[in-house]
Amino acid sequence: MSERLGVRKTYKLVLNGAFPRSESGRSYEVLDAAGALLANAAQASRKDLRDAVRAARAAQPGWWGASAYNRGQVLYRVAEMAEARREELVDQVVAAEGVERVHATATVERAIDRIVWFAGWTDKIAQVYGGTNPVAGPYFNFSIPSPSGVVGVVAPAEDSLLGLVETVMAPICAGNAVVVLASETRPIPAVLLGEMAATSDLPAGVLNVLTGRLAELAPVLADHEDVDGLDLAGAGEMRADLAARGAGSIKRVLADDPRDPDAAALRRIRAFLETTTVWHTIGQ
Amino acid sequence: MDDHPALASPLNALDYDPAPESTAVAHLRESYGLFVDGAFTAPEASEQFATLNPATGRSLATVAHGTVDDVDRAVAAARRAFPAWSTRPGSERAKYLFRIARLIQERSRELAVVETLDNGKPIRETRDIDIPLAAAHFFYYAGWADKLEHAGFGPAPRPIGVAGQIIPWNFPLLMAAWKLAPALAAGNTCVLKPAETTPLSALVLADIIQQAELPPGVVNIVTGDGRTGSALVEHPDVDKIAFTGSTEVGRMIQRRAAAAGKHLTLELGGKGANIVFEDAPVDEMVEGIIDGIFFNQGHVCCAGSRLLVQESVADEVVRRLMRRVDQLRVGDPLDKNTDVGAINSAAQLARIRELADAGEAEGAERLTSACALPSEGFWFPPTVFTNVAQSHRIAREEIFGPVLSVLTFRTPAEAVAKANDTTYGLACGVWSEKGSRTLWVAERLRAGVVWANTYNKFDPTSPFGGVRESGFGREGGRHGLEAYLDV
Repeated sequence: MSERLGVRKTYKLVLNGAFPRSESGRSYEVLDAAGALLANAAQASRKDLRDAVRAARAAQPGWWGASAYNRGQVLYRVAEMAEARREELVDQVVAAEGVERVHATATVERAIDRIVWFAGWTDKIAQVYGGTNPVAGPYFNFSIPSPSGVVGVVAPAEDSLLGLVETVMAPICAGNAVVVLASETRPIPAVLLGEMAATSDLPAGVLNVLTGRLAELAPVLADHEDVDGLDLAGAGEMRADLAARGAGSIKRVLADDPRDPDAAALRRIRAFLETTTVWHTIGQ
Repeated sequence: MDDHPALASPLNALDYDPAPESTAVAHLRESYGLFVDGAFTAPEASEQFATLNPATGRSLATVAHGTVDDVDRAVAAARRAFPAWSTRPGSERAKYLFRIARLIQERSRELAVVETLDNGKPIRETRDIDIPLAAAHFFYYAGWADKLEHAGFGPAPRPIGVAGQIIPWNFPLLMAAWKLAPALAAGNTCVLKPAETTPLSALVLADIIQQAELPPGVVNIVTGDGRTGSALVEHPDVDKIAFTGSTEVGRMIQRRAAAAGKHLTLELGGKGANIVFEDAPVDEMVEGIIDGIFFNQGHVCCAGSRLLVQESVADEVVRRLMRRVDQLRVGDPLDKNTDVGAINSAAQLARIRELADAGEAEGAERLTSACALPSEGFWFPPTVFTNVAQSHRIAREEIFGPVLSVLTFRTPAEAVAKANDTTYGLACGVWSEKGSRTLWVAERLRAGVVWANTYNKFDPTSPFGGVRESGFGREGGRHGLEAYLDV
């Protein structure tokens, strides 16, 4: 009896809820930790990036417009999808990062638990970061946090799943839409997470995952005038240049190395939150 | 919206006698040095430049132009002071800030006159708004100094270090208070660069800081122009830059701060929309529009410089508005009856004239107050443009002067779309008696501040700041602490 030939998977972009190849038709080889060919990934073009920003911009008001309760449920649904595909994630973390299976399992479990943690934030943010202000006058004055809008993320290069979850879920739980440039050398976990998000109830365009060459894509993302914020966690040596490019349209730029995870996560949530303060007269 | 009979009566024609505030209380010196490491440098030690009274165009005093070396000495003093200041018990830092607040109150008359002389804004505003709010800011943040762990940024929030603070000329002392009070409460040390055209009130504040016996180097004040500010931004030992000013300069600063990895907050320009629905409370609304654009000669980043009026009431609103505009008293800023003072500088006047001329050239209709203007100094009459299109420069660019552009809308959705059709996002106003609609609109406006049935209100407890190209970070309130904490 002949051995069954495996069905290989093609890893594509996650763009506006669909899984297209790059419009450029390009792909690049992704190697595993041992240097063997793991898969071909789509090599996104600048046009793909602009399309992703457009999709994110279009999706963001709907995502933010949903109730905070609903957004929490949707993110929890992403965790459910990830849990169901746990083994696949573990396989890919082992392949990408070259770690022991037990270590990869712990990483995946932690990543899923973090998605749950972020899911729980959606309806707490306004209470923790908003509030009323006791102004000296006949006004009801309150501050409400709202999302910056479209956030561009350069995902961590090494920590291909957990780092990705931290950088992507923080802005999304706050109501932003995200365009993420996956780790260039370890993009597969990001594509998987994008697939899970797309097959949960996350509206199309809220999470767009691009794979490809950072040197080609990141400057375009940092320069893009319709991107409101940048998380440069995985930008490495490009960080200072990209942060400076962000000044072109006064982007909110998070360019630091995170320290302890919870504080860093809160910093990430706050980084892409705006505060609107409303004064309303009080009178009879 | 019927005419009130009193408005048509001959009482209208009655004039006021001049009621000028005395300038003796200002105690201006001929020349000023820099305030570094707890002491004033000798004026002779620096190149001096004149600061003018914009109401006359004449020199008030000369102040030092801080050089790269001066900035370096100031930053070094701030750095030396940082370890002790940041580890001093918060309750002790608080008491220094309370002292400063009290001294501002005690010297409020002097500060009001100095501010009015140097800035050109009416004494009524410096006396009733700028100076009391500056004191209130120190009071408010004084109380935070020993409660930082309760501010929602974790159990042990740490200060950032040496803060370089660059402030504008439109609210000189108030902006100094907005910058210094939270920074000091959080345990940072500061180098403050006042605006080139309005350095004097900050120098009085330096004197107050000496009187309060604040440890040397905790606050340093270095006067100068853009070159001085640039040296501060470039200084490698400055950990944080806080800037209030134009979006153009903010962009430049962000680029440089990003390259150097400095913390940064920016409070930049705006093109605020004041949205008037047909059910707005009429008298309050007219006063609010006036206050929104003519307060401080329109030198306000959050000015309501675009009036969006519902089409059904547009003609009536403009008619009432112009009647009120004609009653504004423009002139001597020291006169207690003055509503609109002098334009801060010749350069700003030129910018306002250029944009107003562009408004006419692009086809908008120009309505100007019939008021007489003084013959010397820098003046621009309160001006309203009607028939303005979204594409006109006067509807898109920040004028930073007493110039209002009137546009119309039909539906709430259109009002929101037009209000948001700008790269800025600092402040907006909404005028309506229907609370549900006001909240619906407020929720959709991309702005850091929304005033509902009021405008241009400020309070130390209330976070202020912009979204989009109006900058990031907040000043005021609990939120304002984050700008000075490494969290």
